[in-house]
Amino acid sequence: MPTAATGKQTACYHCGENCQERKIATDGKYFCCEGCKMVYQLLNQSGLCEYYDLNGQPGTSQRMAVRKDKFAFLEVDHIQRQLISFTDEKQTHITFYLPQIHCSSCLYLLENLHKLHTGVISAIVNFTRKEVAIVFDHHTISLREVAELLTSIGYEPYISLNNLGLKKSPVNRQLLYRMGIAGFCFANIMLISFPEYLGLEGSEKALQGIFRTLNFILALPVVFYCAVPFFSSGWKALKHKHLNIDAPISLAILITFCRSVYEVASGTGGGYFDSMSGIVFFMLVGRVFQDKTYQQLSFERDFTSYFPVAVSVLKEDKEIPTALPEIKVGDTLVIHNEELIPADGILTRGKGFIDYSFVTGESLPVTKEMGEIVYAGGKQTGSVMEILVVKEVAQSYLAKLWSDNDFKRNEEKNISFVHLLSRWFTYILLGIATSAAVYWSLVDSSKVWNAITAVLIVACPCALLLSNTFTNGVILRILGRNKFYLRNAQVIEDMARIDHIVFDKTGTLASAHEQQIEYFGKTLSKRQLLQIATLAAGSNHPLSKALVKYIGRKGKMPVNDFHEITGRGVEGIVGDHYIKLGSYHYVTGKEKHLEGTAVYISYDHEVQGCFQFSNQFRESVPALVKNLKPQYSLSVLSGDNAAGKTNLEQLLGHDSVILFQQKPEDKLRYIQSLQKHGKKVMMVGDGLNDAGALQQSNVGIAVAEDCNNFTPASDAIIEAGQLSKLPTFIRLCKVNKRIVIASFILSIAYNIVGLSFAVQGDLSPLIAAILMPASSLSILLVTFGSGHLAARLLIKSPLPASPGRGRSNTTSRQSRANTHRM
Amino acid sequence: MSAIVILLVASISVSAIFLAAFIWSVRSGQLDDDFSPPQRILFDNQVTTQTNNNQQ
Repeated sequence: MPTAATGKQTACYHCGENCQERKIATDGKYFCCEGCKMVYQLLNQSGLCEYYDLNGQPGTSQRMAVRKDKFAFLEVDHIQRQLISFTDEKQTHITFYLPQIHCSSCLYLLENLHKLHTGVISAIVNFTRKEVAIVFDHHTISLREVAELLTSIGYEPYISLNNLGLKKSPVNRQLLYRMGIAGFCFANIMLISFPEYLGLEGSEKALQGIFRTLNFILALPVVFYCAVPFFSSGWKALKHKHLNIDAPISLAILITFCRSVYEVASGTGGGYFDSMSGIVFFMLVGRVFQDKTYQQLSFERDFTSYFPVAVSVLKEDKEIPTALPEIKVGDTLVIHNEELIPADGILTRGKGFIDYSFVTGESLPVTKEMGEIVYAGGKQTGSVMEILVVKEVAQSYLAKLWSDNDFKRNEEKNISFVHLLSRWFTYILLGIATSAAVYWSLVDSSKVWNAITAVLIVACPCALLLSNTFTNGVILRILGRNKFYLRNAQVIEDMARIDHIVFDKTGTLASAHEQQIEYFGKTLSKRQLLQIATLAAGSNHPLSKALVKYIGRKGKMPVNDFHEITGRGVEGIVGDHYIKLGSYHYVTGKEKHLEGTAVYISYDHEVQGCFQFSNQFRESVPALVKNLKPQYSLSVLSGDNAAGKTNLEQLLGHDSVILFQQKPEDKLRYIQSLQKHGKKVMMVGDGLNDAGALQQSNVGIAVAEDCNNFTPASDAIIEAGQLSKLPTFIRLCKVNKRIVIASFILSIAYNIVGLSFAVQGDLSPLIAAILMPASSLSILLVTFGSGHLAARLLIKSPLPASPGRGRSNTTSRQSRANTHRM
Repeated sequence: MSAIVILLVASISVSAIFLAAFIWSVRSGQLDDDFSPPQRILFDNQVTTQTNNNQQ
C-alpha cells in the first residue's frame, strides 16, 4: 500500500500532518518531516509498528527538533535527586509527565519501552494523569538518556520548576473507602433486617436479639467512620453561624442512630439502622460521582509549572545546566530557541525575538537589542541569546505579578442555592416536628418522642443532597465529554448566575499564533510575490515567517546581497531585482507613526505597498458573540495595541466595552469595578496576563489550544475549539438547577407519605426501608434521564465519550502544528 | 436456629472478603486509571499481531 494519498494532500504516516512535498518517504510511506521518519524507522527496527496499527497516525509532529543538550540538566546530581522517586543499587524509579499521551497507541509504545533500550526495566502508563512511571537500570542508561529516549520517539517529558522538590501528595481515596464500607454495612444490615420486616414468631426471640445486636455492630462503622464527612462539614458551617445542608443531615443521622440504639437496648423495636446506613451509602456514592476530578488537568497552577527546572548558565565559556532556584544576580544565562526567560535580565549577546503573548497578551514577538532589559516569562524564538541576570527568579516581574496581594482570591464564596433551600426545609421540618410534639403531648404523651424522632428521620434533606450531587455529576461529565472541564460542582451554579462576560483578545477570541494578512498597494504579480517570499524566507523574524506562510511557497532562485537589520527589515537581490521588506521607516526612509503591524515592500527602489498584519479571530467567534449578545453584556480586554479595534467593534457592536493595552492589573481592576456594580462576571482568558482577572471573576475560564498546555489557575478549562459552544454550556448549567429542584419536589412527595406516618407516631421500619431506596432510586433516574436529555437537546452533536482523538481534536492538532511552524 | 447463625456468619464473612478485595483494589491504585487496563489487555504480543495482519 503506497500511501494514504487522497487527491493532492498526503497525510504523514506518523503524525497525520499534511506533507507538503512528497519527498520524505521510506517503505512506501510518506512523512511530513525527517523527525517523523526517524521515529518510524526506530520503531520499525524494534518491531513496534503495532503502534501504527492501533490508531491511524498516532504520533505528534516532529518538525520542531528538540535541542541536543536540552536534558543536560538531568545529569546534575541534586536536580536528579529531587526528581527521582526511588533508587537503590540496581534500579531507579522516575515518573515523567508526558502531555503527548492521548491514545492506546501511546500506551502500547511507552509500555514497550524496554524493547527500545535494554536499560529500561519497565514502564507503566497512568493514562488519566498522562504519566509514565519508568524503572530503569542506571548502570546501563542514565536519567538523561531515558528522557532523550522518550524524546526520540516523540514523547518529550515535560519537566517544570513545579516538579522540583515537590513530593506528590497522595491521592485521597478516603471517600472511596467510606463508600465501600458503607455499602458493605448497608447490604448486610438490609439482609439481617429482613426477618424483622417479615415478622418473627414469638419462639424466635433469641434470634431477634442476635439480629438486632448484629445490626447495631454493623451500624457503628457507618456512623463513626463513613458519615464523618457530613458531621465535620455540618459542624464547620455551624461554627461559622450558618446552616448548610450537611447540618440537618448529620442531625438526622445522629437522631436515627440514637433512637435505634434506644429501641434495641430497651427491646421495643428493631430501629432504623437499615435506612440510616442506606442514606449514608447513597449520599457517599453521590459524592464520589460528583467529585470525579480531572487528574490530568490542573486548576491551581502557578508560574512555577510554567518555568523550566534548569537553565544553561555560562561559566568560563561553558554552558552549565543550573537549577532555577540557584540562579544568582550576575549570572549569564544562555537562552536557546523556544526557551523561556526565567529571570529579568539584560541582553548581552544575540538578538531577542521574544514572544510575550502569554504574559502580556501582545500578539507579536518583541524585538530586543543588546543592552535592553528582558523580562521573565517571555519565550525566545529564533537564535541563541545571552542575558545577564539582574533580578533573581523569585524577584522577577512575573513572580511578583503572581504573589501580588490583589491577585489572591477573596474568600467570599458563593453559597449554593441547595444550602438556602435546605435551610427553609429544616425550618419547616422543625415546625412540623414541634406541632406534632405539641399535638401528642395533649393527646398521648407517650408518643411524643416517637413522633419527633420519626419526623426528623423521615424528612432529612438527604434527597436534596442526593439530587444535587447526582445532577452535578451528570452535568460535569457531559461538559467534560465536550472538552469543557470544571474545577468542581460549585462552578456549575456560578455559571448559571453570570450576567456579564469579559473576553481577553489575544489567545482567546483571536488565536495567538495565526495572523490575518492583508495586502494594500499596487498589485503584485505572482513572480514578484514568489521573490518576496524567497527573500523573507531568509529571515527568522516571525513576521517574515508569517509572510512566507501567507504567500504559500518560496521560489528556488538565489538571493544575493542579503542583509537583515534586526527589528527593521531585510533586503536583497532576488532574480535581478532589489527588494526591501520591513518597517515603514526602513523601506521608505520617512518617519511616520503607525498603529498596528505592517510590512512594507519596495521593489527596485519603488515602494509597492504593505502587508497589514492583524490577529485573526477564531472562526467560531462571530457566532459566539451573536449567541451571547442578547443575554449578556460583553467586554473585551486586550493587552495588545489598538490595531484591531475596528474589527472588534464590527464584531461586538458599539454598546460593548473594548479596552486596549490593558496590563494584568488593569484587567483585574476592571473586573472588580464590574463586581462593585453588582455584576456577576465571567472572565474568559488564556494567559498569565489574565491570571488576576480569572481569579477575581466569579467564573474564570481558561482557554487552551490543547488542554495539556499550561493554563493559569482558573475555575474551568475549555478547549479552544469548543469556544463556540460556550452559550450552550451556560444554558446547560442553568438547566442543572431546574433538574435539582424537580427531583427534590419528587422526593418531597415521598416525604409527605413518610411524614403522614411519622406524625401519627407509627413509622414502621419496613415503611422507612421501602421509602428510602425508592426515593433515592427515583431521584437517580430523574437526574440521569433529564440531565442527558437536556444535554442532547442543547448540544446537537454530542462528541464520542472516548478519550481518544475526537473530532474536536483535529483543531487542536492543527493549532499545535501551526505553533510549530510559526 | 444454629443453622441460621452459621449462615449469618458465612454470609457476613463472604461479604467481608469482597469488602477486603475492594479496599485492596482501591489501595493498590486500580481505580485511579480507568483507561489503561482495558486497553492493555488488548495488546497482543508480536506473533499474534502478525497473524492478525495476514488475515486482514
